[in-house]
Amino acid sequence: MSKTTFINAILIDPKSNTLANGSLTIEDGFIDKINGPSKGAIIDCKNKYLAPGIIDLGVHICEPGERHKESFKSASMAAASGGVTSIVTFPNTIPVIDNPELLEFFIKRARESSKVRIFPTAAITKKVEGKEISELSFLQDAGAIAFTNGLKTIKNPKILLRALNYASSLQSLFIGHCEDYYLSNKVSATSSLFSTKMGLSSAPRETELMGLERDALLSDLAKVNYHAAQITTKKSFLKIKELKSKRNNISAGISIHHLLFDESYIENYRTFFKLSPPLRSISDKEFILKNIKDDTIDTISSFHLPQDEESKRLPFEKAAFGAIGLQTLLPACLKLVHDKILDLPTLFKKISLNPAKLLNLKTGILKEDYPADLILFDPDKPFTVDRFELLSKAKNTPFDGYKLYGEVLKTFVKGNEIYKSRNTIDT
Amino acid sequence: MLNKKDLLSIEDLSKKEIISIIKNADNFYKNKKISIKERVLNNRTQINLFFENSTRTQVSFEIAGTLLGASVVNFPLSNSSQSKGETLIDLAATLNSMNPDILVIRHPNSGSVQLISEKVTCPVVNAGDGNHEHPTQALLDLLTIQKRVGRTDNLKIAICGDISHSRVARSNIFCHKKLGNKITLIGPKTLIPRNIDKLGVDISYNMADGLRDVDVVMVLRLQKERMDGGYFSSEREYFHLYGLDDRKMKYAKPKAIIMHPGPMNRGIEIDGNLADNLDKSVITMQVEAGLAVRMSVLELLLKNKNENV
Repeated sequence: MSKTTFINAILIDPKSNTLANGSLTIEDGFIDKINGPSKGAIIDCKNKYLAPGIIDLGVHICEPGERHKESFKSASMAAASGGVTSIVTFPNTIPVIDNPELLEFFIKRARESSKVRIFPTAAITKKVEGKEISELSFLQDAGAIAFTNGLKTIKNPKILLRALNYASSLQSLFIGHCEDYYLSNKVSATSSLFSTKMGLSSAPRETELMGLERDALLSDLAKVNYHAAQITTKKSFLKIKELKSKRNNISAGISIHHLLFDESYIENYRTFFKLSPPLRSISDKEFILKNIKDDTIDTISSFHLPQDEESKRLPFEKAAFGAIGLQTLLPACLKLVHDKILDLPTLFKKISLNPAKLLNLKTGILKEDYPADLILFDPDKPFTVDRFELLSKAKNTPFDGYKLYGEVLKTFVKGNEIYKSRNTIDT
Repeated sequence: MLNKKDLLSIEDLSKKEIISIIKNADNFYKNKKISIKERVLNNRTQINLFFENSTRTQVSFEIAGTLLGASVVNFPLSNSSQSKGETLIDLAATLNSMNPDILVIRHPNSGSVQLISEKVTCPVVNAGDGNHEHPTQALLDLLTIQKRVGRTDNLKIAICGDISHSRVARSNIFCHKKLGNKITLIGPKTLIPRNIDKLGVDISYNMADGLRDVDVVMVLRLQKERMDGGYFSSEREYFHLYGLDDRKMKYAKPKAIIMHPGPMNRGIEIDGNLADNLDKSVITMQVEAGLAVRMSVLELLLKNKNENV
């Protein structure tokens, strides 16, 4: 029986919303005791923070199909060094994860190559085309933990309603991308003075509210658990808040990039800031930041979407959407803590506890008998992001050159140390 | 003085720079014969890179460069590497290695000319990028206004038509805001961006209101394919509402001038007879001014380059 005790740690418990000095013992991959007697090997945390590992919901790993952008191996290394112990993948690969055989292959590859846990979602419609429903039951049996069409909205409400009904009968979660298809198709920015001055095709931010209202109505009809992946405008935030007061099967997330950046960052046609949905106005961003600490937005994720240099070195309207974020998710989120917008337990509620609860995963919490998915980190350590030093294969981070704070010292999955910083406290 | 490597947008220019380009252009306008030693582009190479079909702008830049003594190369794009899948940046790098002295670029995507300019060492002139800017058009419009109205300030200007998809409109708005002139945009609501009033312009959805007491009427070309996108319903209705004719022209000042960047759709955005009425229409003069402005821009950018060497 292998045992390890972390002593002199500051334990972050998102469940009880507390920060406390203490110790934690793990045994055979599980949390054995909190504040019990020291047993086995001792790790002196020297008053650094011990928290449940991050669960990043909505990650694109480009395997199969585009391994030059990202593979399980590279994504896993990036995740581990960023304190992400569980990755919830989107199915928009080439080919799309829309059948059980492919999902089995996907899971096999993930097991072989990834040190962090991979929880796959599967495509709710074949090829994410929004036309035919995938074999949801087979996919669920094969290991799909939720269904989604990724960043592609289902155009036809009739198909969406049927798909949601079908998913509902399987008690599954649906993760939706809230945008009206016709308004948002082929546009690269939010309508504003910026997009007008820059001459960019744009859609009004209300497209998100339209998508949300439709999805909310249909998911209510289908009685399915619905998660709005990215809520990025004031109006849709207020809508979610209203919906949550009436029903308990709806939840919402946001990308950290939409919390830290706004449309002004696309000035000079900087394609690393071309995201889906597009970055919003300063007032939208500030409104959500001001309200992020309440329970309206459940989850904060990276929406990691690797793109090669060629797909970003293009005129803005031609360039691909998306930014990588696995490795920078924690330091970027810690900016919210340093700016006194969130405290550490609330942050970990949104990056660990809530995603776990949403997906019924037994992780995301410091609790006896739970798997020892843990991170030890120093929230104050400054560093400057150099995109070429990141471990993801693709280097499209919007944080290049930014000074961020926070370093992961050790990462554990099921009690195994899978990452150790060069500046580790061991030495 | 033009204190820049490139001419990418009017938004980047100061009022002083705009005036100095126009002043320099006016010399070329008055004196079309340039003595050999004044030809600042002697032994220089100018490459025109037009990713979008254009006749007048390309020819205008070609003649401007030639008059200043440059060897002008029109890079053939129809059968070029673009169809073989070469990226814009690779093409820019290739051209840069051929050591041109100046590049003139038009491209269908906003921001693309800036993207190329960041990758090449020589000066770049934006000859129109997507819906973003067409700086030399605004400058030639300004020179024309100065010649015909006699001033560049204290003006009331109307820009009519498809503002949303017009780089000419954007460049003119930036230009005349810097000069302190009053601008009214007129067009169907479908073709005027919702946020554009924040640039400090007035918006009108009918010609009678918008044209009241203006000194200058700029008519934009209506791209007929917009009809399919639901921006307007028919050409005849468009002409009825927004096509410039004698009746609507009565709302403007009696001496108001009519401008159009060309090519015109007669009977859609402008009445054919009105376009030919040289008392009011300065459309051919714009073409002439275009040549002078482009010579001015090429000269000023090249002088800069020489000084920096």
